Amino acid sequence: MSSVPLALLLLLPFLAVPVVVAVAPAGRQAVAIVAGLAMAAGVALLAWFAPAVLAGETLVVAEPWLPEWGLDLALRMDGLSFLFALLIYGIGILIVLYAAYYLPQTDRLARFLGTLLAFAGGMLGVVLAENVLLMLLFWEVTSLTSFLLIAYKSQYHDSRIGARMALAVTGGGGLALLAGLLILGDMAGSYELSVILASGEALRADPRFPLMLVLVLLGAFTKSAQFPFHFWLPNAMAAPTPVSAYLHSATMVKAGVFLLARLYPALSGNELWFGLVVTTGAITFLLGAYLALLKHDFKGLLAYSTISHLGLITLMLGLDTPTSAVAAVFHIINHAVFKASLFMAAGIIDVETGSRDMRKINGLAKYMPVTAALGIVAAASMAGVPFLNGFLSKEMFFAETVAHPAFEGVGALILPAVGVVGGLMSVAYSARFVHDVFYNGEPVDLPKTPKEPPRFMRLPVELLVVLVLAVGILPQLIVGDLLKAASAAVLQTDLPPIKLAIWHGFNLPLVMSIVALGGGLFYYWSRDRVMTLHERFALEISSPVAFERLYARLSGAAALAMARLDRNSPRQYVGLVLAAGLALGAWAWLVGAGGLRGLAGPLAPTAPDAPALLAFAALVVGTLGVAVLHRQRLAAIVFLSVAGLIVALAFVRFSGPDLALTQLSVEVAAIMLLLLALRYLPQQAGPEADGQRAWRDGWLAAGIGGGTAALSYAMLTRPFETISAYHLAAAKPLGGGTNVVNVILVDFRGFDTLGEIAVLAIAALGAQALLAGLSLRPRVGNAQGDADRLPVMLRQMMQPMLPLVLAVSVYIFLRGHNLPGGGFIAGLIAAVAIVLQYLAAGIAFAQERVRADFVRMLGAGLGIASLAGIASMVLGLPFLTSGFTYVYPPLMEPVELASALVFDLGIYLVVIASIVLVLTELGQMSTREAHEAAPAPEPGAPAPVPHDREAQPAAAPVAAVAGGS
Amino acid sequence: METIVSLGVGLLMGAGAWLVLRPTSFSVVLGLTLMAYAINFLIFVAGRIDRTSPPLTLKGTSGWADPLPQALVLTAIVISFGMTAYLVALALRALGDTGTDRIDGRAGDGDERP
Repeated sequence: MSSVPLALLLLLPFLAVPVVVAVAPAGRQAVAIVAGLAMAAGVALLAWFAPAVLAGETLVVAEPWLPEWGLDLALRMDGLSFLFALLIYGIGILIVLYAAYYLPQTDRLARFLGTLLAFAGGMLGVVLAENVLLMLLFWEVTSLTSFLLIAYKSQYHDSRIGARMALAVTGGGGLALLAGLLILGDMAGSYELSVILASGEALRADPRFPLMLVLVLLGAFTKSAQFPFHFWLPNAMAAPTPVSAYLHSATMVKAGVFLLARLYPALSGNELWFGLVVTTGAITFLLGAYLALLKHDFKGLLAYSTISHLGLITLMLGLDTPTSAVAAVFHIINHAVFKASLFMAAGIIDVETGSRDMRKINGLAKYMPVTAALGIVAAASMAGVPFLNGFLSKEMFFAETVAHPAFEGVGALILPAVGVVGGLMSVAYSARFVHDVFYNGEPVDLPKTPKEPPRFMRLPVELLVVLVLAVGILPQLIVGDLLKAASAAVLQTDLPPIKLAIWHGFNLPLVMSIVALGGGLFYYWSRDRVMTLHERFALEISSPVAFERLYARLSGAAALAMARLDRNSPRQYVGLVLAAGLALGAWAWLVGAGGLRGLAGPLAPTAPDAPALLAFAALVVGTLGVAVLHRQRLAAIVFLSVAGLIVALAFVRFSGPDLALTQLSVEVAAIMLLLLALRYLPQQAGPEADGQRAWRDGWLAAGIGGGTAALSYAMLTRPFETISAYHLAAAKPLGGGTNVVNVILVDFRGFDTLGEIAVLAIAALGAQALLAGLSLRPRVGNAQGDADRLPVMLRQMMQPMLPLVLAVSVYIFLRGHNLPGGGFIAGLIAAVAIVLQYLAAGIAFAQERVRADFVRMLGAGLGIASLAGIASMVLGLPFLTSGFTYVYPPLMEPVELASALVFDLGIYLVVIASIVLVLTELGQMSTREAHEAAPAPEPGAPAPVPHDREAQPAAAPVAAVAGGS
Repeated sequence: METIVSLGVGLLMGAGAWLVLRPTSFSVVLGLTLMAYAINFLIFVAGRIDRTSPPLTLKGTSGWADPLPQALVLTAIVISFGMTAYLVALALRALGDTGTDRIDGRAGDGDERP
C-alpha cells in the first residue's frame, strides 16, 4: 500500500471545501452534490482499504514535519481508525443529503457544508493520526468547527451562548489533553502511537503516570460530555439538526471515547483508570438517563440520552476487561447509527411541525406514518428492544456487569444495579419520545399542520433504520468482521472470542433486560410523580448557569484588572517602557558588571579643551532650556536649535564631517517643521496639575540620563578594536571612492540604505496621509497686520539664491563618493532650499513655478535605487553590486563614474521628495483652511484673504531661526 | 573629554525622557528629538573620539575615524527626521480629531487655558 490513499482519505474533505465555495453560485444542488461526492469518495477509498484492515493489518505512514518537536505527519490505518472513518464518511453522506433539505432555502448552504466538511476533515485527522500531537491539532480543529457550526444561527442568543460554552469546555479540555499528551510522549520517548501503545507497562511504572492520566481523561471527558462537563452538550443543541445528528451524536462527541479506546493499552490496566473512568461513566450514564426523561424539548431529550450513552461507553471502557472493551466498541457503532437516525427524524418533525415541545406535539403517527415508524424503531433500539442493534450491545454490557471481578459479596451487585437502573431509565425516556410524539392524542396548537417530509429528506433516516434492523438481526454477518478488527486495534492483544448472536440462552443478562424493559415502562407511566418530585427536591444548581456565572465573573475580573493596569494612556506606556529599560540596564550593571566599581574602564579620560567646555556649556543651556521652557513653545524651539547645533559641531570636532552636514541640514528642516506645526497648536501649555507625577517623571528622567551617561563613560574608557579596517582598506580599490562613509552607504551596505530610504518614504507618505483633508484653525493671529505678511528680505534673497543652492546641492551630491557629501546631504540641502522658496513666496506662487509632483518623485527615487540594484543582477552579479570606471574627457581631469552614483541619485530624490512633501502638506493646510472658511464667512468679516498670505505667520519665525542656524 | 561627552549625552537623554513624559504632543516631539540627538551621538562616539582625521582615505592621511558608526548614524539622523515629521502629523491629526493636544486624547491639565 502506498501513503497516497491514506493522505487522500484525510485531505478529501479539506480539498472539497474550496470547491464547495466555488460552485456556490451554481446553486444549492451543485453545492450538495460536491459535498456528497467528497463523502462518497471517502467511502470508496475506505472500501479499498477494507480487505487489508479487516484482515487485521495496521498501516502506518510518516513524513517528517517538525522532527525536533517530535511532530511528524504520521497517519495510521487500523481497525479502530477504519471504523471511525467509516462513521464519519458514511453518516457524512447522509447528513449532506439531509442538510440540503433541512436548511431553509434562504440559507447559504455552501457556508454550512463547507464548515461541515472542514469538521469532517478535522475528525478524520483525529482518528487517522499516528502522532499524538498531530491528533491534538485535529482535535482542536473539531472544537473550532464545532463552535462555528453551533453558532451557525448566530443571530440567536442561544446559539452564541451554546457555541461559546462548547468551545470553552472542549477547548479547556484540549489544553489539559495537550499537557497530558506532552507528558505521555515524554514518558514513552516518542509521540508515535506505535511506540506509546507498546510501552504500557513502562508507562504505568512511571511516577508521572497519574498526572498524565488525569490530564488525558480531562480532555476525553470534556469532549465526550461526561459529568461534570456534560452541560455543554444540551446547549449545543442550538445548532441546526444536521449538526446535532453528525457532530453531537455520531462523531465529535465520540472523539473522547475514541481517545480512551485509542490509548487503551497505554492507559488502562490500573486502579486509577478503573476508579476514575467507571465512576465518571456510571454517574454520566445514570444522570443523563434521568434528566432525559424530564426534558419537554425532544432534542433536549435526545441530547441527554446521548450523554447517557456516552457515559455507558465510558463505563464499559473503564471496566477494563477485554470483552467490555469489545462491547464498548460495538456500542459506539450502534449508538452512532440509531442516534443519528433519531436526530434526523427529530429534525424532520421540527421542520414539519414548527415546534420541538413534546407537550404540544402529539399523535404524529396519524400525520406522518412512515416517519413515525422509523422513529419508533430507532427509539426502540435506543431502549434496548430485542432484534435491534441497541439490544445487542446493551446485553453485552449487562453480561459484563454480572461477570466483572472487581467487587465481591454485596458489592458485586453494584455494577448490575447501575446497569439495570440506567437501562430502565433509558426505556422510560425512549417510551416518552415514542408515546408523546407519535401517540398521546392530538397535536396542541402547532404552527403548522404536520405532513410527511420530501422523499429524499427521509431517505437517510430510512437507510440508518435498515441498518439498525440488519445489525440487530444478523449481527455477525453485518458487523462481525468490522467489530473484530476495531476491537483488535483497541486491545492490541489477542481478542477474546466474540460471539455476536441474538440468543445466548435464558441467562441473567436477559433477565436484566426484561426487568429494565418492564420497569422502564412502569417508570414512564408514573412520570408525572417523578417530575413533581424533581421540581420539589432537585438541587437548584444548574451547570449552564454556574458556567455563565463563572464566565461573567472571570471576564469581569479580567476587565477590572485591565482597567487597573492599563489606563489607556500613552504617557503610562512610555513611562513603563522607560522604567523597564532603566531597571533592566541597572540590573545588568549591578549584577553582571560587578557594581559601580566597574564603571570606569582601564583607559584614563583625556582633559577637555576650552572650545569643548564652551560648547558643553551651550549644550547645557540649550537642553535645559528646552526641558524647562517646553510650555513656551516658540522659545523651546529656539533652545532646541541650540542643542542641535552643538551636536552638529561635536560631529565636526570628532571627525564626522558627513554627519555634521547631515545634522545641520536636518536641523533646519526640523525647525521649519516644528514652526509650521506650532501654527496650529496652542502656543503655550498650561501648568501641570499633578505635582507628584512631575516628581516621579523627574526622577525617572534623571535615572535615564544618568544611566546613559554612565554607559557612555564606561564605553569610552574601554579599549576599542574597530571592525571597520576592511571598509577603510577596500573603499578605494573596491568601491572607487575615498569617502568611506558614503561608500559604505551606497555600496558595502547598500541594501541597508535601500531599506532606510524606503522607511523615510513611508514615513513621509504616512504623514501626508494623516494631514490630507485635515482642517485646523491657525492659532497665530496676524498680529503685525498686513504690512510684512511675506518677508521681503527673504523673498528678495531667495530669488537668486534658489538656483545657487540647488547648484551647490548638485555639487555636493556629485562629490559625495570622494569627499563629504552624497545623496542624503545633497537631498537635504535641496529640500531646504525648495521649502525656503515656498516660505518666501507663498505656497501658491511656488507651486506655479515648482511643478514637481513630490509623490511621483518619491516613487521615482525608490525606483531608481531599486533598479540600480537590479541592474547588477541582470549582469549576473548579486543585488546592488557596484562597479566604477574612469573616463578621460579631452582637456579635463579624469572623471570617475561609479554605478553607485545611480543608487545615490535614488537616495537624493527620495530625501528631497520626502521632506518637501511633508512640509508643503503642512503649509497647504492653511490654504485649505482659507478655502473652507470662504463659503460661510462670519457676519461682517472681511473677504477671504488671497492664498499667499496664509503662509506668512509661520514664515516669519522660520526666516529668523533658519537664518540663525 | 570623555567625561563631558558622556555628560552631554546623558543630559540630552535625560531631558528627552523628561519631555516625552509630558502630557502634550508638542513636548513629546521635542523630547524625541532630544533623545534622537543623544542616541545618534552615543552611537557615533562608539567609534571613539580620539581619531584625528575624517574617514576620507585621501593620500597622505591616516588616523581615520571609524566610518561604520558614522554610516549608521547618518541614515539614523535622516530617519529620525522622518519619524519626527510623522509624529508631528499624527499630533496635528489628533488635535483635529479630538480637539486637544494631550497625547492620551483626554482634555485636562496641560491644556491651553482660555
